[in-house]
Amino acid sequence: MWFLCVFFHRLLDYRRPEVESLAVLFGSDGDGSRSLEWKLPEGHHIDSPFHFVSLPSEDIAKKIARRSILVKGIYELWGQGDSHEELELAIKNFPEERKLPYLTADSTFRIIVDSFGKVISFQEQNERIEGLRYIPFKGRVDLRNPDHKFWLMETDDYGSNNGLPPVVKRTIFFGREVGAGDRKLLPTYQLKSRNYLGPTAMDAEVAFLMANQGLAQPGKLVYDPFVGTGSILVAAAHFGAMTMGADIDIRVVRDGRGPDCNVWSNFKQYGLPVPISLLRADNNLPPWRPGLKEVFDAIICDPPYGVRAGGRKSGGRKLLKGTVDPYIVPEEKKSDHIPSTAPYSLAECMHDLLDLAAKMLVMGGRLVFFFPVVREDGVTNAQFPEHPCFTLVASCEQILSLRYSRHLLTMVKTGPYTEEIAETAKNMHLNFKENHLKWLEDGNLHSAVFSPADSQPLSGNSKFNKDSKPKYRGKHV
Amino acid sequence: MRLLTHNMLSSNVKGVVNGFPLRLEASSWVEKEVEFNADFLRSMFPKIDWPALAGAAQKIGYAALPDTADATMLESEDFLKKFHHALLEIHVEEGALVCPESGRRFPINKGIPNMLLNEDEV
Repeated sequence: MWFLCVFFHRLLDYRRPEVESLAVLFGSDGDGSRSLEWKLPEGHHIDSPFHFVSLPSEDIAKKIARRSILVKGIYELWGQGDSHEELELAIKNFPEERKLPYLTADSTFRIIVDSFGKVISFQEQNERIEGLRYIPFKGRVDLRNPDHKFWLMETDDYGSNNGLPPVVKRTIFFGREVGAGDRKLLPTYQLKSRNYLGPTAMDAEVAFLMANQGLAQPGKLVYDPFVGTGSILVAAAHFGAMTMGADIDIRVVRDGRGPDCNVWSNFKQYGLPVPISLLRADNNLPPWRPGLKEVFDAIICDPPYGVRAGGRKSGGRKLLKGTVDPYIVPEEKKSDHIPSTAPYSLAECMHDLLDLAAKMLVMGGRLVFFFPVVREDGVTNAQFPEHPCFTLVASCEQILSLRYSRHLLTMVKTGPYTEEIAETAKNMHLNFKENHLKWLEDGNLHSAVFSPADSQPLSGNSKFNKDSKPKYRGKHV
Repeated sequence: MRLLTHNMLSSNVKGVVNGFPLRLEASSWVEKEVEFNADFLRSMFPKIDWPALAGAAQKIGYAALPDTADATMLESEDFLKKFHHALLEIHVEEGALVCPESGRRFPINKGIPNMLLNEDEV
């Protein structure tokens, strides 16, 4: 069954994967390995907010729309055209038996005129609605709480000014709303009203997207090994999942900024159940009991990649190099001893994260995390870590600067964890580290992102040349 | 710290072979209500080390759990309720987890176990 799916014009790369994840969540396809079928309206660019998607039922479409962050609405398309005349013809040709049940005398309805890339004045909106008289509406108009909502949506064709590449041609859509997204969630959870914040707290919108990619829902257990102030788990808890988090920094997880300003209070603030467990642990030396496996349904995290915050692991820098012997803590100092830590390179962190996820996720469980990529000359050449237990189902890029972007990777566990696989994975990882990404090493990403501009080789037609910068912003929005 | 967490953790001090189960020393604990979800309990049951859970619950003074359990007991609503309570609703605020082999104490403060190792234990 085909539906018109209209997105908010944000985080373009994240839109289809979110719908696909939610389709898995609401049971549209068994194992989640098959992706949905998509089409674009004729002449539309992939970045257009208008997409057609095939979903098994109206009920699933409705559930997806309601839970989604980036879907504005999902509609049953009654007609489309390049002009109002063409639209009229299309609506008239749409089967009567699919229209009449929504036009009955005992129902209420409302027509909403919307546009993309142009403004339609109030008067013009009324004229558009008047122009739909050829549809035999029998019901009463109710603007507040109608039984059925109909949408007339227009795009324009005047090229680069409407935020889309110039290939888009004017299209008018008319359809019945099946379900609409609820972005009221975002002001409720926005970071500026959050009690306890850290320097890398995850933005609420992205945190909800991550929770959706991780299929958070009641009865599932979600783990964040770099929990910080808990901003990702808050989103997972909102969708009803049980949560668990660990961090190496005890000041963050245990103390916060006082009794009413800590990780626990961030959940209480929204009336959400607090995490089942918070602990201080090192992702490099996880304290899980031997033999424990397949307990988490999702691992969702934003690993420390050393741009805004760097990772730490147990053992001092000198100790790990072998230049000093370990400090033996005297008995009387054991209770308040703060062990020294060493920098934790992104390469090592990725290996540990994949190994942990391979072992601790249930089959079909999801690993959702951000992975930074250096952009050379403004172009992203992404190479993602791999693991034999995992299948990558989505990678969504968000460009952060000319120098780097981050990709939200969603991996599904499709193979069981064994010692041999762990060994293979380790070799794959070493190979990956050797051959591809030098900037995964300690500090390299930070310098790639922050080094002064003039030390970068400028290719002939510089990206810093203002005139050459295209108006179209694509993945920057 | 809930007993679910206790059930998942072990002492990973260098050289320790049997770091599980950690001996629970609780000086203060509270009961916090958690929404009951039978599906969660059924999927979690096979991953739980039962003697460790029953032992830890006993230590806190909750003796309602049987010494042994098998999957057939999951049919019983009464059993699920007790399992739910022991696993998720007992929250240890202050105390320690003690390594059964080396005696190393992992302190629990403000409900958070500190599993980080010292330099000489890595």
